[in-house]
Amino acid sequence: MENNANLIKIRGLHFSRGERKIFDGVNMDIPRGKVTAIMGPSGTGKTTLLKLIGAQLQPDQGSLVVDGQDVHRIPKKSLYQLRQKMGMLFQSGALLTDLNVYENVAFPLREHTQLPESLIRPLVLTRLHSVGLRGARDLMTSALSGGMARRVALARALIMDPMMIMYDEPFTGQDPISMGVLVELIRTVNDALNLTSIIVSHDVPETLSIADYAYVISNGKVVAHGSPQQLWQSESEWVKQFLDGRADGPVPFHYPAADYQQDLLATAKV
Amino acid sequence: MAKRNVEIMVGLFVALALAALFMLAMKVSNLSGLQGVQGYHLTANFDNIGGLKVRAPVTASGVLVGRVSAIRYDTQQFQAEVTLLIEPQYAQFPEDSSASIFTAGLLGEQYIGLEPGAEEVVLREGDELQVTQSAMVLEELIGKFLFDKASGE
Amino acid sequence: MSTYLQNLGHSVLDFFERLGRGHLFLWQLLLGLPLLLRRFSLVIQQLHSVGVLTLLITLVAGLFVGMVLGLQGYNTLVDFGAEESLGVMVALTLVRELGPVVAGLLFAGRAGSALTAEIGLMKATEQLSGLEMMAVDPFKRILAPRFLAGFIALPLLALMFSAIGVMGGYLVGVQLLGIDEGAFWSQMHAKVDFVEDVLNGVIKSVVFGLVITWIALFEGYDAMPTSEGVSRATTRTVVHASLAILGLDFVLTALMFGS
Repeated sequence: MENNANLIKIRGLHFSRGERKIFDGVNMDIPRGKVTAIMGPSGTGKTTLLKLIGAQLQPDQGSLVVDGQDVHRIPKKSLYQLRQKMGMLFQSGALLTDLNVYENVAFPLREHTQLPESLIRPLVLTRLHSVGLRGARDLMTSALSGGMARRVALARALIMDPMMIMYDEPFTGQDPISMGVLVELIRTVNDALNLTSIIVSHDVPETLSIADYAYVISNGKVVAHGSPQQLWQSESEWVKQFLDGRADGPVPFHYPAADYQQDLLATAKV
Repeated sequence: MAKRNVEIMVGLFVALALAALFMLAMKVSNLSGLQGVQGYHLTANFDNIGGLKVRAPVTASGVLVGRVSAIRYDTQQFQAEVTLLIEPQYAQFPEDSSASIFTAGLLGEQYIGLEPGAEEVVLREGDELQVTQSAMVLEELIGKFLFDKASGE
Repeated sequence: MSTYLQNLGHSVLDFFERLGRGHLFLWQLLLGLPLLLRRFSLVIQQLHSVGVLTLLITLVAGLFVGMVLGLQGYNTLVDFGAEESLGVMVALTLVRELGPVVAGLLFAGRAGSALTAEIGLMKATEQLSGLEMMAVDPFKRILAPRFLAGFIALPLLALMFSAIGVMGGYLVGVQLLGIDEGAFWSQMHAKVDFVEDVLNGVIKSVVFGLVITWIALFEGYDAMPTSEGVSRATTRTVVHASLAILGLDFVLTALMFGS
């Protein structure tokens, strides 16, 4: 608790999957009350990072402190108490398919509290209202579009009054309208409820438009961090390529291969 | 509402299963027949019990009165000692009753038939049936028949 | 040669790894059971999906199996003039063997595959991860109720299978082929023992229920979280559960009726 400005502190995080190193000494601070973006190319383990923060995965090395507690070294009971204060929005929404919208949002309350229905109902309806889906409460989850499912999941994540919400690729595969709705929601919810938000994404313009601070990771390391303005003005060729989405640059267009001409000639000989 | 329906269906399901168990217990198997270990025990020694098994029926005049509860080999008398469990309502067998091993049909199971005697005194728990008739063993019968035939000529 | 040995070594290690994971999984399932005493409604819900929904197929199959036993048994027994033992034969075959085994196979095919697919899809759509992040233990909330329900449902289904099978045998033997009704029931009644035959059959089906549900849940939980992975896991459930039933049936029969 010595530094209250940062909700999450990650120090020297190493994680590998089989032979492949996903994180190779990552240091990161997530400030309280702000929207922090974590960006990077596909396959750099952005989702893995969220799972490490939620302690669903164990790191090989390093520490990960959330709200003063090292999530990988506390007992399961404390971890479960901590998780009640962490909301997480999965890419697919992860709504329970055998329940309708209302029951999905009410689910954490029913699991963790003994509240009577007369109290659950207003809580659920206010959360659904805040994501604009109060009218959809009786729909089954299969009838929801991807964007709606994410909004329901957001309502569900908010119902336990969490201190933070993690968004896993919230903008992927959304039409421009749903995208706009989600961008707007993430920012307003964060400010209205005084949350800490972490957005993992590779949709650069949308993410940077609402982020207060951003980290860019690649090859298991943080390659750049700063406010969105600082990143846009970055001198690094790599960051420029990533932010502008250029096809060629420090990340080559071609997958490593033998010399083109020789390769073609070799094929001809066979 | 849907939840109520689910509960009703599960209730019906369990009730149906209990009905099946009841039918298997009462109609198909003999749970109602020999109630537990009630009754009294009699023993009988046989030279040869053939294929008699534990739980084989014990009958008197063809009526089921009990079952064979144990079979062991008596090493003093070199005979098979069969313990019969007779149901309590048939407690009136005279002391000189006899036990025989019969076969139901030509290839059927073997069972014990009790033939009541004429004495006043009745058999009690643990008593022994003195008069016994062993099982007929097919090979012995054939052997005897051949022997008689050969010696008769 | 050396690659062959390497592959062999890998598959042996994989086998033991899965075996170990499977047993740890069972242990976690068992740890989840006590919670269900307070929330039995979760189990009721699952009894509906694994039990009630398997009922119809079980009853229809039971009726036909009983009828076939009646027909075949009659043809064999009539040669020995022992057709009145038909009831005994049908009842013993059903309560000792076919009830638990065939009901178990049907259960593996109908309920087991559905369980695997359901859990596999919950994994693929991140529902299980989502529960963990909501501080809800999926073992307690999702898996344990299904486990208990499977374990309760199969013995009940097997009992119903046997009962309706006996009725099928009765229909064919007495109503169709004209065996004496009194002899049919009384011989059955005299020769079938409740503890020895009926209860042993129930014990068998309890064991089968446990093994099938365990395999089905584990395959779902262990499936690759893709549509291909889930479909392969579903196939594996049916194959492994069926083999497990038949193998265990031999072992249990040897233990129960061997001596």
